Amino acid sequence: MSDASSSILDLQQISQAYGSQLVVKDLSLTLEAGEIGCLLGASGCGKTTVLRTVAGFEPLLQGEIRIAGEIVSRPGEMLPPAKRRIGMVFQDYALFPHLSVFDNVAFGLRGTGRVELLRRTNEALELVGLYAEHKKYPHEISGGQQQRVALARAIAPRPALLLMDEPFSNLDVSLRERLSMEVRDILKENGTTSLFVTHNQHEAFAVADRIGVMAGGEILQWDSAHNLYHQPVSPQVAKFVGEGELIAGQISGRGELTTALGTLCGELNDARPVGSAVQLLVRPEDIVHDDESSLKAEVLRRSFRGASILYHLLLQNGDRVQALVPSHCDHQPGEKIGIQPDVRHLVTFPVYV
Amino acid sequence: MPTLPAENAGALLQGSGRRLSWPSGWQWLTLLIALLVLMPLSVLFLAWLEPAWDIWRHLQQTLLGLLLLNTFKLVVGVSAGTLLLGVGLAWLTGACDFPGRRHFSWTLLLPLAMPTYVLAFVFLALFDFSGPVQTQLRLWFGQGFRLPDMRSAGGVVLVMSLALYPYVYLLTRNAFRTQGKRALEAAQSLGCSPTVGFFRVVLPMARPWIAGGTALVLMEALADFGAVSIFNYDTFTTAIYKAWFGFFSLPAAAQLSSLLVVLVFGLIVMEQQLRKRMRFAQSRLAPQAERIQLHGWHKWGATAACSLVLGIAFVLPTLQLLRWTLEVYHQEFNRRYLDLLGHSLLLGLSAALLIVTVALLIAYCGRRHNDRLTGSLIRVSTLGYALPGTVLAVGIFIPLAGLDNLLIDLARSLFEIEMKPLLQGTIFVMLLAYLIRFMAAGFKPIDSAMHRVTPNIDEASRLMGLRGLRLLWRIHLPMLRGGIFTALTLIFVDVMKEMPITLMTRPFGWDTLAVKIYELTSEGEWERAALPALTLLLSGMIPIVLLMRQTDED
Repeated sequence: MSDASSSILDLQQISQAYGSQLVVKDLSLTLEAGEIGCLLGASGCGKTTVLRTVAGFEPLLQGEIRIAGEIVSRPGEMLPPAKRRIGMVFQDYALFPHLSVFDNVAFGLRGTGRVELLRRTNEALELVGLYAEHKKYPHEISGGQQQRVALARAIAPRPALLLMDEPFSNLDVSLRERLSMEVRDILKENGTTSLFVTHNQHEAFAVADRIGVMAGGEILQWDSAHNLYHQPVSPQVAKFVGEGELIAGQISGRGELTTALGTLCGELNDARPVGSAVQLLVRPEDIVHDDESSLKAEVLRRSFRGASILYHLLLQNGDRVQALVPSHCDHQPGEKIGIQPDVRHLVTFPVYV
Repeated sequence: MPTLPAENAGALLQGSGRRLSWPSGWQWLTLLIALLVLMPLSVLFLAWLEPAWDIWRHLQQTLLGLLLLNTFKLVVGVSAGTLLLGVGLAWLTGACDFPGRRHFSWTLLLPLAMPTYVLAFVFLALFDFSGPVQTQLRLWFGQGFRLPDMRSAGGVVLVMSLALYPYVYLLTRNAFRTQGKRALEAAQSLGCSPTVGFFRVVLPMARPWIAGGTALVLMEALADFGAVSIFNYDTFTTAIYKAWFGFFSLPAAAQLSSLLVVLVFGLIVMEQQLRKRMRFAQSRLAPQAERIQLHGWHKWGATAACSLVLGIAFVLPTLQLLRWTLEVYHQEFNRRYLDLLGHSLLLGLSAALLIVTVALLIAYCGRRHNDRLTGSLIRVSTLGYALPGTVLAVGIFIPLAGLDNLLIDLARSLFEIEMKPLLQGTIFVMLLAYLIRFMAAGFKPIDSAMHRVTPNIDEASRLMGLRGLRLLWRIHLPMLRGGIFTALTLIFVDVMKEMPITLMTRPFGWDTLAVKIYELTSEGEWERAALPALTLLLSGMIPIVLLMRQTDED
């Protein structure tokens, strides 16, 4: 993590409780100018609480929060939300139903001059591509358009930091993917530093530069999407992000691991001595289907995904792996198929007994 | 009137597949009810064909200006009062949290159980010059001490605001409950302080509900007869009564009524427009927002404000009624009282059964025919709630008396028999008037229950071999039971409390609790009116408790 003074958002070991229950524990993170951060976790993991604490809607039990270098929250001290230079996109958008799209977007610009207000409102509406709808009321536009109005409303006052609470969860699946990419483009074009929360890893991957995987009020790993997937720091992260299985292995040399898939060589990020028992993460794309291979596995279940089929396979020693195979290779449960390991990152975790 | 024989019920379950060009029995019935509602209205406006100029001249010289001024004061004052109380309390219990909030959120509805005229006479007795409050204050502060006179516009406005604010409160609280805090947070994230956010966002967002509640309040205020009579505060309703029973001029009463109708229909148009907007305004909001925790003196201030309103509008008057009742119980609890109670119960029950039956039939009609014509017929059928009781009494009496006279003439000329009036002064007239006035109260709960009995439910039942009467009995009735029960309760209580229709159209000497209260209070016998008033208060609590069970779930 870089120097806190240049960062836009800086959370230092914050804790939060509802009653006697600690919902956020010692959580720290920083966002640099223009970065998009994401908190990813199942519901109830405390991610929304963090967001609401940053916004100033919830008090802090411990730690401190700085926005653009200024302390905005610490125990017993809170800058009101209105003074934090934040914008927020709510899960249900919270558009004002009695105001037109234009008036919704212009809402936060009160106090700027008339000319400036017009210019910036129109700018924000053009940025989200809704200038043509500016006279309509929220109930007259589609869900995706409402979402973009909410975004325009939040960024029109040019906040130092934009917060988004499950911004895509009210949209249907097809729209969700398109809009999440659009939103990333808009935020990048505008250079808006933002933090959003979601339970959907595809959204997190599509939009964020840095993602924090959360569970039990803590960030398990704060990293890029690529690293979360390929270098998870714990089995928990590995299971939450992406698919795959853990199989048993034994370190047999430098960068060498013996498993039911044979002896695997690659980048081994484990300093334990030769002979140590470990768990190895095997992603579905690490297993290649190969009829010629002498290594056989039994098909337990299959799920057809169009272009490919995800097979759940049983190895000889009882370990299980998954394999993503082009869908013209059609096998039924009970069949034995040949496989070939193609594991590049040997991601290992200690075995807990 | 079509009943529900098996083949008819079977046809009704065919859904909209079979379209008849000729109106069905259901539609004829709905048309009949719609005409019934339109009848008093047309009678009132037709009365202008023979203007009662002499009485108008008298009215114009003496009363008309005063009536308009008084009505204006009432409308402005009661709107302001109910807005202040209703919106303020709704914000506290709907969006905030403070000690006792759960408890207050439903007890603040209790003033609905108190008929306005009951609150009026209790207040008059308590705060009048010779009442206990002023007597005590004179003892403390000397003989020269005076409170403002209760028998004034201010007094009427105070009483009506305290009795009617729950309408605004109930609607607005629901609006705040679903959108209050979230909207405020959105405003805060856009740079508003909580106070500014409240006035710029939360209040304007709730405007349709607030205005809708206010429109209901104003309809009640314009229709009120009991409270204004007790205060001797002349409005259209008292003038209509005096024109009929003082000047014995039905045409003048009808013409005055038509003026009041014009005022009320302005309100209806407004209310219906707002109701449309409410649907839109609900577009995309969280079903429940979290509450704002109040701290320090705000917290206790909220508790104190709620206690004060509840104390003045409900607890204090109830205690006073109890005290009087205990004082006069021995003389008043007698045969005479039981007769009154019996009449009230009989009227309430028979009206409830009649109206619920008709409402069920109309609701089935709406279910079978979802074309525009049927929709408008149903809307007209349920419009009678807006007609003030005094107006309705006049509008019903005139045509029925006309019918009676026609029958008498016919009998005389054809059979040379001297017949007595058949309809005038019978319970039938009253029931007809109640049917028009309380149709909406019965129709709404039944109709919303009916909406849950979707065509798919019929299909699912038919797949399992249920049809005809068995389907009605085993599926529809259980699903409609809640709505039917609510409708019965609401109508029963409304009829028990009803004053002007009962007073003006009842059979001679056939008194009810409400009528007795009118007679006793017009002679200032507050103590003796306490027992009937307490009885009405208790019956009025029933629907409040039901409502409470529905709303207290959060």
